[in-house]
Amino acid sequence: MPAEAPLANAAVAALAELTPEPGVAKPDPILRVDSVVRQFGGLRAVDVSHLEVQRGAITALIGPNGAGKSTFFNVISGFDTSDDGSWTYNDEAITNRAPNKLARQGLVRTFQLTKSLSRLSVLDNMLLGAGGQTGESIFPSIFKFTWAKQESQNTKRAMELLGRFNLAQKSADFAGSLSGGQRKLLEMARALMLNPQLVMLDEPMAGVNPALKQSLLDHIRDIREEGTTVMFVEHDMDMVRDVSDWVVVMAQGAIISEGTPGSVMQDQRVIDAYLGAHHDSALTESGQGLTTEEDPA
Amino acid sequence: MDFGFILSQSLTQAIGVTAIIYCIAAIGLNIQFGYGGLLNFGQVAFVAVGAYAVGVTVVEVGSSLWLGVAFAVIIAIGLALLLGIPTLRLRADYLAIVTIAASEILRFLAKSADFLGGSQGVTGSIGTEFYDLNPLPEWDRFELGPLSFSRVDMWLVMTGWTFIAIMTLLTWLLMRSPWGRMVKGIREDEDAVRSLGKNTYLRKLQVLMLGGVFAAFAGVFSAVSKGSVQPDGFVPDFTFFLYVMLILGGTARVAGPLLGAAIFWFLLVFVEQVLKEGVANDVITFISVTQIGPIRFILVGIGLMLLMIFRPQGILGDRKELMLDAR
Repeated sequence: MPAEAPLANAAVAALAELTPEPGVAKPDPILRVDSVVRQFGGLRAVDVSHLEVQRGAITALIGPNGAGKSTFFNVISGFDTSDDGSWTYNDEAITNRAPNKLARQGLVRTFQLTKSLSRLSVLDNMLLGAGGQTGESIFPSIFKFTWAKQESQNTKRAMELLGRFNLAQKSADFAGSLSGGQRKLLEMARALMLNPQLVMLDEPMAGVNPALKQSLLDHIRDIREEGTTVMFVEHDMDMVRDVSDWVVVMAQGAIISEGTPGSVMQDQRVIDAYLGAHHDSALTESGQGLTTEEDPA
Repeated sequence: MDFGFILSQSLTQAIGVTAIIYCIAAIGLNIQFGYGGLLNFGQVAFVAVGAYAVGVTVVEVGSSLWLGVAFAVIIAIGLALLLGIPTLRLRADYLAIVTIAASEILRFLAKSADFLGGSQGVTGSIGTEFYDLNPLPEWDRFELGPLSFSRVDMWLVMTGWTFIAIMTLLTWLLMRSPWGRMVKGIREDEDAVRSLGKNTYLRKLQVLMLGGVFAAFAGVFSAVSKGSVQPDGFVPDFTFFLYVMLILGGTARVAGPLLGAAIFWFLLVFVEQVLKEGVANDVITFISVTQIGPIRFILVGIGLMLLMIFRPQGILGDRKELMLDAR
């Protein structure tokens, strides 16, 4: 959509002007997080003092395993409750709001372990994503004429989206018969059925083959071009470099660095905590091992 | 051995009053467990509530049967809310524990409460208003091919199966709708459905209430047909028989409970009659008449085990669907 492309570009361009430091204010934040804490016993899994997410941009959240990225996602999206702190979405306080309410407001997430509904068809998975369905109330559901028209409109939209994600020919199959990568695609397509304003993707590339990765990347860019804000957790640094406009780095529950992909990769704290000194030569997740080697020196 | 007699006895039971009672309750359980994935191990509590509601209203209070039916529905909904509100936010197994405990609590409560008839239960002409509606001619027996029913039983069987047809149709209508899609989605992965903006808690409550009301109708039917309500008729075995029928027929299949209940009772009576005839005619010599009762359950149990090994999806189920990774 060319009309909206400049908007996304403006949002992205604005990011380049910012100082790359943790908690930096964004010109047009869709999500604003303040001193969020999530504790498991004595462990502070999440301890984020301030974070803003720019509207219309793609923000990556990276960090070593156990840094609290998924917990942070769970807390923000309502699947876990915070022990302290507050956060706003579109300037509305949504602290500890139920996930189903957030989804209806346009804040939609996917899961690290895909949650495709196995014994439902691919099309039914998609249709479940459509909002405001009359037929989902128990009494109107008995009378098909009350929801038949809505259902056919939703089906049309679902088939369009499935077509975009190369799943149209699978629409009648059980979702449980899809491969792992196809389930990732289905979950992303299903999230788009809600017309989200902010999509939070938890490791969308995990277990996906390189060819499919490329098309997933294109889909994520397409989502941004349509004006949707994207935030994702990912370990694949190629993808982070490729697609993200802004990178947030977490370690031990806190945000240790923020910036454009280029600036973050240069940040010594990020190299120490996550990337490792040789991250340009070998892209692995074992960056921590490399940094400990340097410690005695 | 008179196999004609054995078959007609078994067929009569397969579509008879007892099978109808179980079938109605199993339709409710199919909605809860088969479609919604709710582990309700206390379905018998809802049956008991229905039976006691009409029994007490008619016999103890002396009021109308139809008022009793209304109470049965209301109390069943109340019980579903009571059990569901605290547990349905938690993991599925909590509902299982609470429901089985509640069904036993209710049974013991009924046994010790005087106004519920104590351990004697409630006995009386509970179904008079229902039997007065019987339009059948005043014949002694009604012969349907190999089957034979008394006038009262014929009326019960006719209304019972009509009622089952209506409830089956209702189940089918609900499950083809977006509401049914959401209920099935909750069975597969509740968090996924919540992440798509759906209020799953409300639907689970609705499912528990709907299945509970169906079971209460089974209780009403039981009280009306027997003319009494006995607390020890509502033991946990009742619920597990329902599960057996459901799995036998095929869970999450609209006609599963019908087929399951009919086949279960057919098998139980068939095995019993064959053993009885065998012992009476000295064909089977190694067991006595008194041992037939337990042995038929052993044989039917072995039969069910074989079914689970060779056809785990039940009679109407889809094996491919069952073999999908159920995460």
